[in-house]
Amino acid sequence: MPLLKIGSLTVDYRTSRGTIRAVEDVSFSLEKGETLGLVGESGSGKSTLGLSVIRLVPYPGVIVKGHVKIDGKDIVRLPEHELRFIRGRKVAYIFQDPMTSLNPIKKISAHFAELIRTHEPNVKEAKALERAKTVLKDLGIRPERINDYPHQFSGGMRQRIMIGLATALNPDLVIADEPTTALDVIVQAKILDLLESLRNAYGMALILISHDLSIILERCDRVIILYAGHMFEHASSTELHRNPRHPYTQGLLQSIPNIELADQKLAAIPGSPPNMLNLPRGCRFWPRCSYVMKICRTKEPPLIDIGHNHFVRCFKYSRGRAKS
Amino acid sequence: MSEIVKVEHLKKYFPVQKSFLEQLFARKMSYVKAVDDITFSVKRGEIFTLAGESGCGKTTTGRLIIRLLEPTVGEIYFNGADITKLKGEKLRLLRRKMQIIFQDPYASLNPRMKIVDAVGHPLEIHDLAKGKEKKEIVLEVLEKVGLTPPEQFTNLHPHQLSGGQRQRVALARSIIFNPEFIVADEPVSMIDVSLRTALIDLMLNLRKDLGLTYLFITHDLAVAKYISDRIAIMYLGKIVEMSNKESLFLNPMHPYTQALLSAIPIPNPERKRKRIELTGEVPSAINIPQGCRFHSRCPYKRDECSKKEPRITEVEKEHFVACHFIKS
Ligand SMILES: Nc1ncnc2c1ncn2[C@@H]1O[C@H](COP(=O)(O)OP(=O)(O)OP(=O)(O)O)[C@@H](O)[C@H]1O
Ligand SMILES: Nc1ncnc2c1ncn2[C@@H]1O[C@H](COP(=O)(O)OP(=O)(O)OP(=O)(O)O)[C@@H](O)[C@H]1O
Ligand code: SF4
Ligand SMILES: [Mg+2]
Ligand SMILES: [Mg+2]
Repeated sequence: MPLLKIGSLTVDYRTSRGTIRAVEDVSFSLEKGETLGLVGESGSGKSTLGLSVIRLVPYPGVIVKGHVKIDGKDIVRLPEHELRFIRGRKVAYIFQDPMTSLNPIKKISAHFAELIRTHEPNVKEAKALERAKTVLKDLGIRPERINDYPHQFSGGMRQRIMIGLATALNPDLVIADEPTTALDVIVQAKILDLLESLRNAYGMALILISHDLSIILERCDRVIILYAGHMFEHASSTELHRNPRHPYTQGLLQSIPNIELADQKLAAIPGSPPNMLNLPRGCRFWPRCSYVMKICRTKEPPLIDIGHNHFVRCFKYSRGRAKS
Repeated sequence: MSEIVKVEHLKKYFPVQKSFLEQLFARKMSYVKAVDDITFSVKRGEIFTLAGESGCGKTTTGRLIIRLLEPTVGEIYFNGADITKLKGEKLRLLRRKMQIIFQDPYASLNPRMKIVDAVGHPLEIHDLAKGKEKKEIVLEVLEKVGLTPPEQFTNLHPHQLSGGQRQRVALARSIIFNPEFIVADEPVSMIDVSLRTALIDLMLNLRKDLGLTYLFITHDLAVAKYISDRIAIMYLGKIVEMSNKESLFLNPMHPYTQALLSAIPIPNPERKRKRIELTGEVPSAINIPQGCRFHSRCPYKRDECSKKEPRITEVEKEHFVACHFIKS
């Protein structure tokens, strides 16, 4: 049984201006110890998808369809009190903005003590702090600094503390939402190394969310490309890099600079991403696609398995078969 | 190629705001040494890039050059003339030749202004055109930045545009006076990947068509490599390495440049690289380490590094490095 199995997941935000279908018909599964990358541009639904895994989609978001099974249990239908065990213990979420989950008026020690003792009420405060100090040491932060407040740390250190809090309870799955976006490359590389070493040490699975395809290709076993809420392509990193199939993925790969290539010529993708309140009919990429066919403008392409665990949502590969 | 911009021994120190008590007991003022003695020149028609981590002084340098900030020490030359002390009408005329675009197109465009007014505003301030004439010029520059047909954009407000389109509007405004020199401060950093390349291509085309020179500011070295002719790597207010981009990427010499390049993610899962690890974090710009300011993090440091500050020297032709152990 996979650790995580998502099927036909659809999430709507019911806003006053209309319904935004932020995630639509997403299916994938994740094994223990695996690293999966979610890539997409701003607004493509990465955070919404990530938050769905712990059922924390913010208001006015609603999971309208599908299931999210963790160890076989569908969390979409679980009562709230059972979710508490899932959140933190089984699945930890590292939020896009570290300051949203660090309380500025609480010392780092209090953050750890509270987390550990909420989930393990029998652990004494002193014991919890001992454990927290070990975690800090693992993160490359001097254990004495446990008595400091969040603002006394640099952005990179705060992000490390977040990772420490997320992994303190030894979860099976960590979801890291743009954990390094605000950081400089050197710090970024260190943070990603840290996540990788924790994964190797504790065998946890990781979902890494990023708008940066370079990071995802470098760090993840598998990749999902999201576009306007749809999964456009899903394959192993190696396969996606060698044989990108979706026109959008191909475009992305041609628009990211690689410092190892001499005289690289980048190619731009024309147009811009669609307005989520007014999606084009048919394939939501067609207005920007250079392979567009007649059917693309009217029908939605299905997600097709093209072999080698490689999935693509594009009519080029489904021989004109539309979504049933 | 002639030099369009030259800066010599440029410094910018910002006084640190302190509480009353601290001021009372402090023996001397302390400063943020945002830019600390840099010298370089930009050749006409090239793209010269300032790169480096957050807080190293890139933006401050850009703002000093176009005279939005007063330097603490040093000189700035534009087309051979010293513009360091320019004031009044002369400065106003200079502003037409030097423009700046910022990272955040939301912040740099007035949300209540229609595009036609936002772009044409500088023409009115400088008393060059208004009304119908202004609109004609605006239509022309919108066309140049790829917002076509331009009539469709003039009456829109910034929030009705995508991030990429907004940055095009900012570009349109910056070229309205036919400037010679543009400081582009992280112009694509907040733009989604799928729109970024088109924007970069646009900037490259404008350079060709309008004969522009850019000072490009970025923390993204992969973008820097793609767009630049020459690159200067800054660390804590100083240039530690400067050369044409080929030589910088093939043969990075300063340990900081090497570490920076080795940390850049490569979009190829089959490529595993060796990373050069740095210890510690970037020190504060208020307490810059003695000697070589990089010594607290340098994997190769020796005794003299914490005592003597290395001078930036030409180690190979047109390749400058500031490190005690790299010599020609
Ligand atoms: N609380 C909300 N209310 C209404 N709409 C929302 C809300 N949160 C997200 N959305 C919309 O849902 C879509 C997906 O948003 P989401 O935050 O999941 O994207 P993302 O891929 O994480 O983007 P980013 O890279 O900017 O973080 C967007 O169109 C967004 O505007
Ligand atoms: N007006 C100011 N007053 C005081 N300090 C300032 C001011 N402007 C910049 N600084 C400081 O000067 C240093 C250099 O800042 P600058 O904005 O030039 O860096 P940067 O390289 O552009 O960084 P980033 O990549 O984050 O934009 C930083 O330590 C910054 O905090
Ligand atoms: S389905 Fe059609 S429009 Fe969509 S990506 Fe494939 S070819 Fe292009
Ligand atoms: Mg997000
Ligand atoms: Mg800056």
